[in-house]
Amino acid sequence: MKKTYGIEVDCANCANKMEAAASKTEGVKACTVNFMMQRMIVEFQDGADRSAVMENVRRNCKRVESDCEVFI
Amino acid sequence: MNRKQRIMLIRILVSAAILAALSFIPSSGVLRFILYMVPYFIVGYDILLKAIKGILRGQVLDECFLMASATVGAVALAIYEGSGDYTEAIAVMLFYQTGELFQSYAVDRSRRNITELMDIRPDYANVEKDGSLVKADPDDVEPGTIIVVQPGEKVPIDGVVVEGTSTLNTSALTGESLPRDIAAGDDIISGSINMTGVLKIRTTKEFGESTVSKILDLVENASSRKSKSEDFISKFARIYTPAVCISALVLAIIPPLVNLIIGNPAGWDSWIYRALTFLVISCPCALVISIPLSFFAGIGGASNAGVLVKGSNYLETLSKTKTVVFDKTGTLTRGVFEVSGIHHSTMEDGKLIEYAALAESASSHPISKSLQKAYGKAIDRNRVKDIEEISGNGVTATVDGHAIACGNERLMKSLGIEAIPCHSVGTIIHIAIDGDYAGHIIISDIIKPNAAEAIRRMKEAGVRKTVMLTGDTARVADQVAEALGIDEVYRNLLPGDKVEKVESLLMESHDGGKIAFVGDGINDAPVLRRADIGIAMGAMGSDAAIEAADVVLMDDDPLKISKAIRISRRCLRIVYQNIVFAIGVKLICLLLGAIGFASMWLAIFADVGVMVIAVLNAIRALFVKKL
Repeated sequence: MKKTYGIEVDCANCANKMEAAASKTEGVKACTVNFMMQRMIVEFQDGADRSAVMENVRRNCKRVESDCEVFI
Repeated sequence: MNRKQRIMLIRILVSAAILAALSFIPSSGVLRFILYMVPYFIVGYDILLKAIKGILRGQVLDECFLMASATVGAVALAIYEGSGDYTEAIAVMLFYQTGELFQSYAVDRSRRNITELMDIRPDYANVEKDGSLVKADPDDVEPGTIIVVQPGEKVPIDGVVVEGTSTLNTSALTGESLPRDIAAGDDIISGSINMTGVLKIRTTKEFGESTVSKILDLVENASSRKSKSEDFISKFARIYTPAVCISALVLAIIPPLVNLIIGNPAGWDSWIYRALTFLVISCPCALVISIPLSFFAGIGGASNAGVLVKGSNYLETLSKTKTVVFDKTGTLTRGVFEVSGIHHSTMEDGKLIEYAALAESASSHPISKSLQKAYGKAIDRNRVKDIEEISGNGVTATVDGHAIACGNERLMKSLGIEAIPCHSVGTIIHIAIDGDYAGHIIISDIIKPNAAEAIRRMKEAGVRKTVMLTGDTARVADQVAEALGIDEVYRNLLPGDKVEKVESLLMESHDGGKIAFVGDGINDAPVLRRADIGIAMGAMGSDAAIEAADVVLMDDDPLKISKAIRISRRCLRIVYQNIVFAIGVKLICLLLGAIGFASMWLAIFADVGVMVIAVLNAIRALFVKKL
């Protein structure tokens, strides 16, 4: 299942780092960050608890780029 | 400019002003250090904080860490050498922040410009309620509602016109400014602008399912499908930054140690300075921002020209197209049968068509429809009697008291009439009146007026081979191919054969040249999917085509194909320019830095200046009008 979330991030390389961090989060099958549209498209693994996974995604993103936001 | 950017701008200006003022105030020692640290912290405190946070989290090699260690290092050197020259460190931080500010501003701006360009989203729908018009959110309008569109307004939702006539401007959808006439009973597509009359429309879809929403969705999501160039750059950035940092460390330690070993003075300060310059250059932002921005601008520009590209990856593939395969009907020809010629007529052409149309009036065959269309007037059935269809051959009838025979050569032969054979391609309808031959009418699929020009321009745009696939017989196919200058023709194909043909063409191309397939999207979805890149034409209102294709041409003008290819080529050219330019300048500066020719000033240009130029260059991809 795919879902799109709004994000806020200032630099393109940070967006790439967020993408890498989110992709490695448990429960996430694949993740694409679209810096130009400020969007994150997350594909969840089957049976994953979406809101819990997204909390982790946000935490992992903040770990690599403290100045970012994921709107869940 | 948003709040964050304004605060940043103020910090930069204040810091720069203090720095300028300090250069007139003579000071020394500890006081000087404290004074100079004021502008440094004003402009750079967030970077320092982020760097510390990064270290605590084990994320050592990010930009903030680089900038922080470069500037702190420069300050430390100034203290160690006793020069008290802190300006350089502060200036580096200033320029870095200015560059970041510019980047975020430029990206914001271009994002807004591009989305504005694509902004075909209607704000409201006029719904009639108790005799007066109410502006409603298009999202809330149910299918089957009657909405009113005034002149000058956008059609918000797909539907059918129930009342009124008008002309429509579809340029927002197709990039074509030619107005279209519309009247009651016609399907109407959201996103077009009503120009002249008031229209009442019964909606047939929800807003979310309407053409406008679909197009917006498609274009906005296009930049999420990343191209190989983008993947390359993000991989490169991942290696580049650590590599430069390690070389900086090596540069700071090894040469002085070597110096010590061979008995020279170590020269720690100059080597550390060189290493710090390395750190400034190592920020990969210029590269990372300019590539997606170029693609985004390219996709935005293309959509403005009526070419929807579903992803950056498709834009990239499109630019490598060397072979274009066409499905003949609907792409190069109109796919509608029309009277294309009248030969050997013994009377006025119009009269002959009138007789033929009347004689065929009972038939529902496409041929009869084209005759009636060519006749153009209402058929008066009372003039026609004794209609007899001779299956597979034609019709005989009595029109205005004359015995009319209308059909193929076999029909003429069976009636003992000698027909004059025709060399033209198409369906030939011979006509005899009262037993005498009266001429023949040719009905054929019309080649689009721009088709030959389109093929020529494609060749100019770098396409090596054009191939036409068709279910038609050899004669028709060859004539069309010759008229248009197509290189290869495959005839008598069943729909399944087309997939096979494209597959065998895919097998043949070894040199990385991509194969594009152009279809009308209605019954060639499998082929559209199979080709390297599927282009659907005339897709306005056809969901199936939009689904199946990678590139969607909103109208059915074949010139758009070469335009799409040109747009993609230029966009990719800009991408490569940016990659080569950014990497090139950085490598040169690294080299100069290593041998001691580059100061931090040059380094900050390599970082910020390159990014500014790359961003400006990327935005060029947006301008596609002249292609």
